[in-house]
Amino acid sequence: MTRTPTKLEASIRQALTQKDLLLMTHIVLGYPSFDDSLRVVEDMVEAGVDLMELQIPFSEPMADGPVILRANASALERGATVDQSFEMAERITKEFDIPFLFMTYYNILFSRGVSTFVERCDQIGIQGCIVPDLPPSEGQEYLDAMGKAKLSPVHIFTPNTPEPRMQELSEKSAGFIYSVARKGVTGKDTAFSNDIADYLALCRSNTDLPLAVGFGVKSRDDVDFLRGKADIAVVGSETIRVMETEGVNAVKPFIQSLVA
Amino acid sequence: MKNSGYFSQFGGAFIPEILVPTFDELETAYLTARDDPDFWQEYLDIMSTYSCRATPITRLDNLTEQLGGANIYVKREDLNHTGAHKANNVMGQGLLTKRMGKKRVIAETGAGQHGVATATMAAKFGFDCTIYMGAHDVARQRPNVFWMEQMGATVVAVTEGSQTLKDAINEAFRDWVTNMDDTHYVLGTACGPHPFPEMVSWFQSIIGTEARTQMLERTGKLPKRVYACVGGGSNAMGIFSGFMDDNDVELVGVEAGGRGKGMGEHAARLAYDDATIGVAQGYKTYFLQNTDGQMQDTHSVSAGLDYVGVSPILSHLHESKRVRFEAANDKDVVEAMQRTVRNEGLIPALESSHAFAQAYLEAPTLSSDDDILINMSGRADKDIFTVADAVDDPKWRDFIIDKAEAYRQEMNND
Repeated sequence: MTRTPTKLEASIRQALTQKDLLLMTHIVLGYPSFDDSLRVVEDMVEAGVDLMELQIPFSEPMADGPVILRANASALERGATVDQSFEMAERITKEFDIPFLFMTYYNILFSRGVSTFVERCDQIGIQGCIVPDLPPSEGQEYLDAMGKAKLSPVHIFTPNTPEPRMQELSEKSAGFIYSVARKGVTGKDTAFSNDIADYLALCRSNTDLPLAVGFGVKSRDDVDFLRGKADIAVVGSETIRVMETEGVNAVKPFIQSLVA
Repeated sequence: MKNSGYFSQFGGAFIPEILVPTFDELETAYLTARDDPDFWQEYLDIMSTYSCRATPITRLDNLTEQLGGANIYVKREDLNHTGAHKANNVMGQGLLTKRMGKKRVIAETGAGQHGVATATMAAKFGFDCTIYMGAHDVARQRPNVFWMEQMGATVVAVTEGSQTLKDAINEAFRDWVTNMDDTHYVLGTACGPHPFPEMVSWFQSIIGTEARTQMLERTGKLPKRVYACVGGGSNAMGIFSGFMDDNDVELVGVEAGGRGKGMGEHAARLAYDDATIGVAQGYKTYFLQNTDGQMQDTHSVSAGLDYVGVSPILSHLHESKRVRFEAANDKDVVEAMQRTVRNEGLIPALESSHAFAQAYLEAPTLSSDDDILINMSGRADKDIFTVADAVDDPKWRDFIIDKAEAYRQEMNND
């Protein structure tokens, strides 16, 4: 099947001509505060992060583990709204020259109106979305709106996903495929092993999109393991954990230690 | 998915990708069981030998006379093993779990009834069992926690979010996305992603099937109205399903009116105007949420009704006007419970008392030729602490103080 690469895919391919593995990080907007979100993005970009997921907080983050779950709850307790998340994201995309995606749950899109949400993403320079509780079978309106705006809907491969379903998910996706390294929620340990190498090879053979790998990537060794097996390493909960235990200033050296 | 699981615009399966094969497996097991008369027979057998089915209907002779209108009948789901309709669902899902070859069950619980029911089922079938319960509910419902632990279940107090039922559901899903290979999630109500709303309603339909036959035998006609309380909606779906095609039977769902209208004061998703359509916990229905789609806190005197969402099937029946929704407030509910206890010697749970409150309000407006039927979804033994506070019984308070003092002295002597 021929398809036109989205802007997101094109910039990933471009970056891959310079590096063999890209780094994507994840933050929760408004956590610990919107000012901190901006500051952390700045540090991450300076440390060499290639793309970023900005999570719009939701009260029922079903697929997230304890670290990101609490970050969501804390941002909401401090009164974070979807409008504030849009405003902050707009500022971020204007100031920093890497691709940014939204990660959030479907009710955030649904409550605003799916096409309105997607149009707004397009206006403020967000290049793609990851919506973990929206399988393609429920997401036709979303897929149509994303297609119309030439944005990238990113879907997820898991170790439980049969090959025909991988192909179907790949066809509905743009930008890249997000492959989770194990069962479970975000932020738990993953043993990077031969099994995972086999699984990633299977993912690779069922999509022609760039392949990102997340869930439990937290060290230089993990990142090195993924070199040659994937295109993008995703560090999610661990950066939030570092920020919580060592402060906002510790994020930059942590990211540098992963990619140096 | 073989079937989209939609009831007009409500329902669906908004699930993380990792669970897609698990839901496919569950749907297949459910549809196969539905097509297999032996499965339903096995289910009926176990419900008659392990629980107390068929549960009877009881006429409220004294209150019928006092209220001076319709004849009031009660379907006695309180007589199930563990004291509530929850047994119907868990035994059905237990049989399915056996069929799927899984060895562990998990469940969420609000009031604790579904947790206790799941723990008994796990003990009987030899499954490992973990129950997720909001920390706030653990504090409100210690007697149920005690029994779950006695039956060998691990009870996890969920400290996230509002620490109530919805947070317990999220935690159960987080367990399931890790352990789906050997674990079945016994969802307790007619909510959640497809096929749960339909499957749970199917197991609960045993209530309505019995009740319809019993009313015809007893009175020679169908009741004019059928009342059921609505939290997630499984007991209501259960009794309503028996009368769904009887268009002359009015179906009345009674939600938690709490302290009255206004977000945070109640848990009435359909009777009041505070809820809007959204998607959370894997399905689309009316939720008590703000304009951003963030779920809001709810209130009810009964732990089992204070849920943010409601069965997608009931949202559909609300919009199609097949079911009328009302809300009963905390005060009227406690009064209805006391009235039932004093005049009839029945002890309806605070949840079930919502249905009684609405029925008592409407009975005098009907004629003595009319019969009405209330689903008594459970008994109030578990609510003894809440009820004792609500009726402000000084002797109970003295008893607790004395008991605590005795424990304290024992600990000091050790």
